[in-house]
Amino acid sequence: MPSIYLEPRTERSAFAPFLVSGLAVFLTMVAGSGLFLLYGKSPIAGFHAIFIEPLLSNYGIGEVLLKLGPLLLIAQGLAIGFRARVWNIGAEGQLIIGAILASVVAIQFDGSTSSLLLPAMVLAGALGGMGWAGIAAWLRTRYNANEILVTFMLSSIALQVLYYLVTGPLRDPQGFNFPQSITFSAAATFPLLIENTRVNASLLIALVVSFIAWVFMQRSLMGYKLVVGGLAPHAARYAGFGEKRAIWLALLIGGAAAGVAGVGEVAGPLGMLQRTISPGYGFTAIIVAFLGGLHPIGIVFSSALMALIYVGGDFARLSVGLPSAVTDIFQGLLLTFYLASSLLLTHRLRRRSSENRIVAEIAE
Amino acid sequence: MTPLLKLAGITKVYPAVVANDAIDLTVMPGEIHAVLGENGAGKSTLMKIIYGVSMPDAGTIEWNGTPTKIKNPAHARALGIGMVFQHFSLFETLTVAENIALAVKGSVKELTPRIQDASVRFGLNVQPDMRVQSLSVGERQRVEILRCMLQEPKLIIMDEPTSVLPPQGVRELFKTLKTLAAEGFGILFISHKLDEIRELCDVATVLRHGKVTGTAIPREESSHSLARMMIGRDLPHARNQVVEATGPELLTVNHLKFIPDDIFATSLDDISLSVRSGEILGIAGVSGNGQNSLVSLLSGETRLSGSEADAICLLDAPIGTAGPAERREQGLHFVPEERLGRGAVPSHDLSENSLLTGFGSGMSRNGFLNLGAMKRFSDETIDAFDVRCGGPNSAAQSLSGGNLQKFIVGREISLEPKVLIVSQPTWGVDVGAAAAIRQKMVDLRDAGVAILVVSEELEELFEISDRLQVMFRGKISHSIRTNQTNVEDIGLAMTGDFDRLSPKASVQVVEHA
Repeated sequence: MPSIYLEPRTERSAFAPFLVSGLAVFLTMVAGSGLFLLYGKSPIAGFHAIFIEPLLSNYGIGEVLLKLGPLLLIAQGLAIGFRARVWNIGAEGQLIIGAILASVVAIQFDGSTSSLLLPAMVLAGALGGMGWAGIAAWLRTRYNANEILVTFMLSSIALQVLYYLVTGPLRDPQGFNFPQSITFSAAATFPLLIENTRVNASLLIALVVSFIAWVFMQRSLMGYKLVVGGLAPHAARYAGFGEKRAIWLALLIGGAAAGVAGVGEVAGPLGMLQRTISPGYGFTAIIVAFLGGLHPIGIVFSSALMALIYVGGDFARLSVGLPSAVTDIFQGLLLTFYLASSLLLTHRLRRRSSENRIVAEIAE
Repeated sequence: MTPLLKLAGITKVYPAVVANDAIDLTVMPGEIHAVLGENGAGKSTLMKIIYGVSMPDAGTIEWNGTPTKIKNPAHARALGIGMVFQHFSLFETLTVAENIALAVKGSVKELTPRIQDASVRFGLNVQPDMRVQSLSVGERQRVEILRCMLQEPKLIIMDEPTSVLPPQGVRELFKTLKTLAAEGFGILFISHKLDEIRELCDVATVLRHGKVTGTAIPREESSHSLARMMIGRDLPHARNQVVEATGPELLTVNHLKFIPDDIFATSLDDISLSVRSGEILGIAGVSGNGQNSLVSLLSGETRLSGSEADAICLLDAPIGTAGPAERREQGLHFVPEERLGRGAVPSHDLSENSLLTGFGSGMSRNGFLNLGAMKRFSDETIDAFDVRCGGPNSAAQSLSGGNLQKFIVGREISLEPKVLIVSQPTWGVDVGAAAAIRQKMVDLRDAGVAILVVSEELEELFEISDRLQVMFRGKISHSIRTNQTNVEDIGLAMTGDFDRLSPKASVQVVEHA
């Protein structure tokens, strides 16, 4: 008989979320070491390239912060929905639609120097993301269509819409038929935060949104209602917290955040609308949200880690010669190990002693 | 004669508490043996040891005269020990027959007629092809009892089996148990209901704080003396005098008809009732006769369509289409039957659970939580209702059933209702807490609140109600004053014989006399 067994937790543990995230990172390191060895590379060199090298130069730090912004922003929005058990996995599509609408504004008012142009783009992006997520909310509340499938499929549709627009209506007429829009004017792009990097002011939006998310989840009645709906749907019904309203709210918040993240890309490092807007931020943010324990503060740390892996993957390719898939592999490992470790949120390991033996009676 | 089961010096220590302290207990073949004690007295721990779920730290178990280590429940069943649990261990997505087939040898097809036979024989009305998820709490317990019976054990452990049966069902069950005992089966019977123990059991072992405080022949004791052995003091009783309320009708239901979405749930057929300010109306009936649908329509968890809105009126205004929050705003509060997951969020602490129904009463301001007010309210409720817990920061799931119920009832009462609906107020709550909860309801009535109590426990309804109505298969009887009827008639009405309640019947008797 094994001497260690699992026992359901009777009390929630404040420590468990940290334990679970830490364990997932640790296991990812172990499995990553194995992969490096398989490639005949030194794990130490590999980890150094991924986790240390990016932080040794201004350029590296800038790139990490550049990736951190959208991840943080999207993950905060998604986490609120996930706490309410509304599974929006289509942030990528909401990001794209947000980017498109913001670009339409930028192209329409090209040449304007108004300081209202950028805020208008942010607003358009938020509305675009909300609208796209709202389709899933409407289908779910009206026809009980599963939001996981709907949001995911809407992402594919969003991508096709983008392809159509950049090769058609929104293409730069003087762009030699490249599938991209005109370059946005200065008034339509975020100012740089740090000289000689690509870090721009959209990072501030992500940080402010993080603080608002914290207030919303910890201190607002609406956030409380969402959490109750996720934890105990019958209690939410008993209290009179409408389920439909929770679904709408959860999806609209996630959509707005993703849409604004899209604005941050086209009005930031890209400076135009093109075929590739995001390296999968919308999907990676799902991992970020869970790795951060769906908690606004945890998500700040997990998005930093994930951004580091993005940039570190590039560094590892150049300095150690690892394939570019290393980023995807590390993200995948993190998610897998997180999901496996998350059993410890509801259970704990106990050592079996002869007098403390419990046999689950229901399993009998 | 060799004892069927003999425990000597059984001791079980948990990190915080000595759950069993040198317990001796002997069950002879053919004996119905009561184990009496309040929640937390150590009954459950002792039963788990006998059923092989836990191992004792000290002491010996003899089974049929042979020292035995009961390794696990499967071993216990192989020995011939069967148990009917207080908490259900049924799979909701399976049918009754499929659930039973998991524990009893035989295919679903073979078992179906056996289940039907047994359900007739033991008076446990259960349909083998029903899915457990559509069964009420009471029906689920009947499935548990049936499943145990079909395993043909030599010793049957029953944990509060009668709490969900009508009086006639209890009598049937007792007849069955007595027949089984006469055939040489041993029965361990756990119950709070002292009258039942006196009627049924040959011997009683009384536990308090993990120790045996006495053994008695229940027939030779009064309920009073048994209660004193059990709780160490006199049993508190709700002080209630039946009142004839003349206040305004605060809650009225007029010819309510309802067909639930779940095809297995009971439809409601022409339900009418009204509750006045300052009275308690009791709704009797075996669970599964439409009480769940009625209660969720009254609370607002289920809403009526616009054209039927006036079937339910609160303070003369139609509220059939209003949700729970809106009804609460107008003074209608509700204590549901399920505490964890409906009346409270299990992982939230008591402070957060105060907010669940108190968010409209000063615990939130402009959409933001008022943490101070939440904590203050919880503190006051904990004090006023004697909730034993670690304070407002204790998670709801860490409280015992009785204490959580005291908190939920306390929360709703502290929110100053005009109308209070309580479903199964003391289900699974120990006698001390139950008496406290009933007393609070009586006090609340005296303060002018209209109270509707839905309960399966007749004793309780007779103790606190001013009027009674009975539900059977989605219909409801007319109301009768509690002091003009008796347990016998209400029991018959619970099986569908509403005529027994007719005040005319008693008038006729007078005329004949």
